[in-house]
Amino acid sequence: MIALLLILIPLLGGIITFFIKPEPGARTWSLLTSIATFVVAIIGFTLCDTSALQYQAPWMGILNSSFSIAADGMGAMLCMLTSISFPIIFVSTWNTPYSNAKNFLGLMLLAQAGLIGVFLAMDALLFYFFWELALIPVYFICSQWGNEKRIKTTFKFFVYTFFGSLLMLVGILYIYAKTGSFDITAFYNSQLSPKEQMWAFWLFFLAFAIKMPVFPFHSWQPDTYEQSPTAGTMVLSAIMAKMGVLGLLRWLLPVLPVASFAWGDTISTMAIIGIIYASIIAFRQDDMKRLVAYSSIAHIGLMCLAVFAENRSAFQGVMFQMFAHGINVLGMWVVVEIIERKFGTRKMSELGGIAKKAPVLTIFFFTIAFASIALPLTNAFVGEFLMLNGVLGVNPQISKYGFVMAISAGLGIIFSAVYILRMGRKVFLGETNALTEKGTDIAFHEKAILGIIVATILVSGVYPQHLLHSFEDITNFILHKSDVLPLLNQKH
Amino acid sequence: MNALVLSAIFGVVMMFSGIFFKKKAPVKATAIVALILLLLANSMEMQGIRFFNLNVSAFLAFNDYALFFNGIAIFATLIFTLVAADDMTKVGVYFADYFALIFFILAGITITTSFTSLLTLFLGIEIISIPLYILTGSEKRSLKSNEASLKYFLMGSFSTGVLLMGIALIYGSQGTFTIDKMNFTLHPGSNLQIAGMLLLLFSMAFKASVAPFHFWTPDVYDGAPTVFTSFMATIVKVAVFAGFVRLFGGAFEKLNETWSLWVGIMIAATLFVGNITAVFQQSVKRMLAYSSISQAGFMLFAVYTMNDIAREGLLIYATAYCLATIGIFAVLAKLSDHSYEGFNGLSKHQPVLAFAGTICLLSLAGIPLTAGFLGKFYMLKSAIVGGQNVALVIFAVIMAAISSYYYFRVIQAMYFKDGPDHSVKAGALEKYTLIGICVLIVLLGVFPNVFLSWLYF
Repeated sequence: MIALLLILIPLLGGIITFFIKPEPGARTWSLLTSIATFVVAIIGFTLCDTSALQYQAPWMGILNSSFSIAADGMGAMLCMLTSISFPIIFVSTWNTPYSNAKNFLGLMLLAQAGLIGVFLAMDALLFYFFWELALIPVYFICSQWGNEKRIKTTFKFFVYTFFGSLLMLVGILYIYAKTGSFDITAFYNSQLSPKEQMWAFWLFFLAFAIKMPVFPFHSWQPDTYEQSPTAGTMVLSAIMAKMGVLGLLRWLLPVLPVASFAWGDTISTMAIIGIIYASIIAFRQDDMKRLVAYSSIAHIGLMCLAVFAENRSAFQGVMFQMFAHGINVLGMWVVVEIIERKFGTRKMSELGGIAKKAPVLTIFFFTIAFASIALPLTNAFVGEFLMLNGVLGVNPQISKYGFVMAISAGLGIIFSAVYILRMGRKVFLGETNALTEKGTDIAFHEKAILGIIVATILVSGVYPQHLLHSFEDITNFILHKSDVLPLLNQKH
Repeated sequence: MNALVLSAIFGVVMMFSGIFFKKKAPVKATAIVALILLLLANSMEMQGIRFFNLNVSAFLAFNDYALFFNGIAIFATLIFTLVAADDMTKVGVYFADYFALIFFILAGITITTSFTSLLTLFLGIEIISIPLYILTGSEKRSLKSNEASLKYFLMGSFSTGVLLMGIALIYGSQGTFTIDKMNFTLHPGSNLQIAGMLLLLFSMAFKASVAPFHFWTPDVYDGAPTVFTSFMATIVKVAVFAGFVRLFGGAFEKLNETWSLWVGIMIAATLFVGNITAVFQQSVKRMLAYSSISQAGFMLFAVYTMNDIAREGLLIYATAYCLATIGIFAVLAKLSDHSYEGFNGLSKHQPVLAFAGTICLLSLAGIPLTAGFLGKFYMLKSAIVGGQNVALVIFAVIMAAISSYYYFRVIQAMYFKDGPDHSVKAGALEKYTLIGICVLIVLLGVFPNVFLSWLYF
């Protein structure tokens, strides 16, 4: 029942928001809705037992599909990430002007409902429905409230992802033709022949790869992040990118294990090219939004690489990093949004010396920056350490190139330190110029949300045990389902 | 049977209503009441209440599927009349005639969906076509409308000739017109029957505007008055598909191996031509004409796979397609400028029209939670479950992704761009009907079982 509430509260709250005419009212209502979702999520994931986190109802009986949702460890974590992100987004953009704010906020809440649905859906057709339901509001948000070139870039993003999801639909239907049910357990037991798996894999993988995005399907991402309103960018990068990773872990590896093993090295190569390529491009960026966008490609590339290492450490690292990256990148965007609102520019070359005028903001920024370059005591350290450990220790039967991969992925982390710190130096340190001279420090509500973000970063960095423990079951399950070693040993 | 006889009678009634009523409103009201009665009569027949006990079993068989399809056609016509009656009366002076012709077309549709003899199929197709030639040319002072009418008439009569030739060849090989009595296994590989079957396939493809027989479509749809384009592109087209499925699923099923390759090629060609050409159109009306070609490509999957899922799916697809296309044409009819720029800023000038248009376009593009998604879903499912060519399915999906490009261009124009107001204010009835269409599209997309359960009970 809790799981259903998590979808229903933002859905209904979002629909109601469309009808609240006065802007402060709409803003307060949407914030309250998102906080209510957060409270329900907290209660659900800490106090209730697993039966409360499941819900099943008949739906579309003719199609053999049912409305079946459940929260496993990974789903619960992503729901937490989503429900904590939306209040933060609403508060951080509280003073950002939007024409027709009620539509904006309503669409945001609808997107939240879609995202939580994606994370909880345990039925392939339902998963597909939510997958699209999350996309449509975000498309409208980005093309209505974005920057100048928004229409063209978000349209590219839409066509790209729509194309991917249609291919996934074919894949879902193909497996359905074998099993006769859309239920996830039926999918896990589908037992497609290796030959079928080999090409069905790409139908799913393309959808996920475009969403994450993985090189070479990333070309929509920097433009869309740059042109979207920052609230839209926050949703896209902090949460929507995780849809792809979740898809890999829940809908690809256990369903098509043989193909995932067989294509593993190919995908890993793509991921590594993406990490290095995106890092190098990030060096050259002057726009802060584009820089964070490229760094996001690098981070997601590492997650994709670790998924195909297929061992415990890597899986745990990926799941932890999904949460960590969500929080860190959210913090980054909040800082970028504040700077853009204060100084009217995102160009690093036009900024400088903000530290003198806004010391509190600077402290927050550097903590978040350290987190995104995975310094110890921050959350990303735990995640990236586990992932690299997993990649390095990959079973030689799965991949022979674990060492090379770990080294080149490690390069990505070093690069990220260079470009993130360069951004910090250019924007915050040095002498003030005419533009930043008049800068002031951040207001109380901004301090509060950045404080929450930094606290989350440090707490989960110092004490990751609790979160990691909650991934235990689902990690074992995915490992068990995607295990191809017996098959390989049989052949020899 | 109820619907067939009554629609012919109502057609005559509508003709005379032009003499008795000089004003527009009573004529419109008569038409709407007649359509509601027709819908009721058809529903009664679905419950087993027949008004006319004539034995026509040699020519027509009103089974559940045919009756259900008639119900969809009549219901769609009702929606069409509610939303477009005003525009219909503006086309010409003799507006009562247009309503009469639409009732005659409905009579033709009931014959086409329930024929058992090739002769009645021919009759049905012709009863549909001839009033359409008139409606296409109804804007007498417009050169474009006249040209479209003449073109449609010439091409249409040619395809009628092909249809007759096909029927003659089939008769020559089988010795009967009745499709149940045909047995194509007697002389496998007989050239006569294969040639006849192919000629029938081509002429039906022509009527359904399937590539490579689609060349008349854009010109005729563009030239005809917008209201009648809407009617032609929706109700008439899906009725032809119902006949198509009945013909190839019933009589020619034994020849499946011969025609399925042809139909497969036609699907690929139709989707390709329809979608790629639609991308390059500058006028929304022409874009919709090409989009109707590409949608026909999806409906052709029902013929290609010919299983129960496909038959069910055709019902959903037909309903979804009719509702959405009627809706978007109703919005288009309110605009004086039919280019994409004409839609700029419509969300500010007429929010209801823009919202309804968006839902209709989302449905046409096949976004989940709309009826259009379910239609496409069924078609793809029937092809995959039927074990047919998966490559064709993937091709269809790529084409569907391309189709989102031109549908979303209209949405972008309405919502994200600004422009001067080119629109005529929509009346209250039209607005409510459009909202009703949106509600139906979403309901059908979320709870299809409610709709389909009618079929099973």
